Amino acid sequence: MTHIAVIDYGMGNLHSVAKALEHVSVRSGLQAKVSVTADPMILRDADRLVFPGVGAMRDCMAEIRHLCIDEILREQVREKPVLAICVGMQALMQHSEENNGVDCIGLFAGNVRRFPEHQKDANCNVLKVPHMGWNRVRQVTPHPMWQHIPDNDYFYFVHSYFVDPHSPVEIMGQSDYPDPFCVALSHRNIFAVQFHPEKSQRNGLQLYENFLTWNGQP
Amino acid sequence: MSLAKRIIPCLDCDNGRVVKGVQFVDIRDAGDPVEVSKRYCDQGADEITFLDITASSDKRDTTIHTVEAIASQVFIPLTVGGGIRKLQDIRNMLNAGADKVGINTSAVLNPQFVREASERFGSQCIVVAIDAKRVSKPDEPLRWEIFTHGGRNPTGLEAIAWARKMVEYGAGEILLTSMDRDGTKSGFDIALNRAISEAVTVPVIASGGVGNLQHLVDGIRDGKTDAVLAASIFHFGEYSIPQAKAFMRAQGIEMR
Repeated sequence: MTHIAVIDYGMGNLHSVAKALEHVSVRSGLQAKVSVTADPMILRDADRLVFPGVGAMRDCMAEIRHLCIDEILREQVREKPVLAICVGMQALMQHSEENNGVDCIGLFAGNVRRFPEHQKDANCNVLKVPHMGWNRVRQVTPHPMWQHIPDNDYFYFVHSYFVDPHSPVEIMGQSDYPDPFCVALSHRNIFAVQFHPEKSQRNGLQLYENFLTWNGQP
Repeated sequence: MSLAKRIIPCLDCDNGRVVKGVQFVDIRDAGDPVEVSKRYCDQGADEITFLDITASSDKRDTTIHTVEAIASQVFIPLTVGGGIRKLQDIRNMLNAGADKVGINTSAVLNPQFVREASERFGSQCIVVAIDAKRVSKPDEPLRWEIFTHGGRNPTGLEAIAWARKMVEYGAGEILLTSMDRDGTKSGFDIALNRAISEAVTVPVIASGGVGNLQHLVDGIRDGKTDAVLAASIFHFGEYSIPQAKAFMRAQGIEMR
């Protein structure tokens, strides 16, 4: 039985993430155990880690450092598959523009930037920030985490900042708003997404189901 | 290509059951909120809004249990409104599995509450619900004001300025209901939706007055809104969500 630990560093509610993982674990017959915890012992013991995040980057990074989650992640990404979500993904970059600039964990080279205001789409409608709602995701690089998910299909997003990685080969998925931006990023056994799989109905649940069996190889 | 427009079925719940007052009189029972939410989610609803209209506050536990049950089975965004008065009410709903909370009367009584709530929980989960009514005479420039208590109590607040203020205070989204149109099935107040949507930088959800599928198209295209909210046309099987989406798509609106 695979054990998935959802890393809880006190920022926002992880109910939906845990419920969605439990749902796919029952549905797929894999009967995974799902823990929501910040306990280093449990995080080290788990087979897979989910690193979610909601809220402002300064507060998130303060809690991450306070609980030594950054150290645990640096060590554990060598051992097991890790799925980072939304602010969790952003926290893996080197630096974020949010809150007048915050240094992040730095597992991926690149920065977190804000969507410019007052951009327009092809029909001259102003694009609102936060980028909130359902957008299409282009699977620009094939990856086991994309299996059984249609290319160019919808996922649910809520964010005002996006990641800008230095290395294009790490980009697994992109969306447009109006310019293309990175929404899925992977290096070895880390897969990170900007959207919320737990709110993305069929496609999101499939991504979680893929994570239950992903061996951490590209 | 950008964001798809959203269809949001709204569940008005009284004491644990979905109800819908037609013209505020006969409350028809429309089922168990968990079953109804699950059905809409399976049919392709983009979000669910759960509005607690239970009169007595001692029934709040029922609401929390219902929200928990919905959130365990529905994997799309869930907004909960009705009776949100304190930061602790928001915390309770988020813990129960809501993604956003709708704040209405409390925002009017104490605008600072919206600021505190968005600073504490983030703008992304604070939806300010605005109930507006046209107060200008036919020969005057259009003017809408905010009303509370189902449209009975005037506040004197002008709607566009109020919406801007709520966004400045941290509202991440505006749920805009026309009290003139609510329950009439005669379509959204397009001028109102357009005026508010063009005045603010956050998404606007049109509400109040949907009677047919063309109304949904008009709300998005002419009202310039990002999402449309409807209750009775879906609850009583007049139209299904896939039907609504196909109709809107056929008129060039991007739908999931």
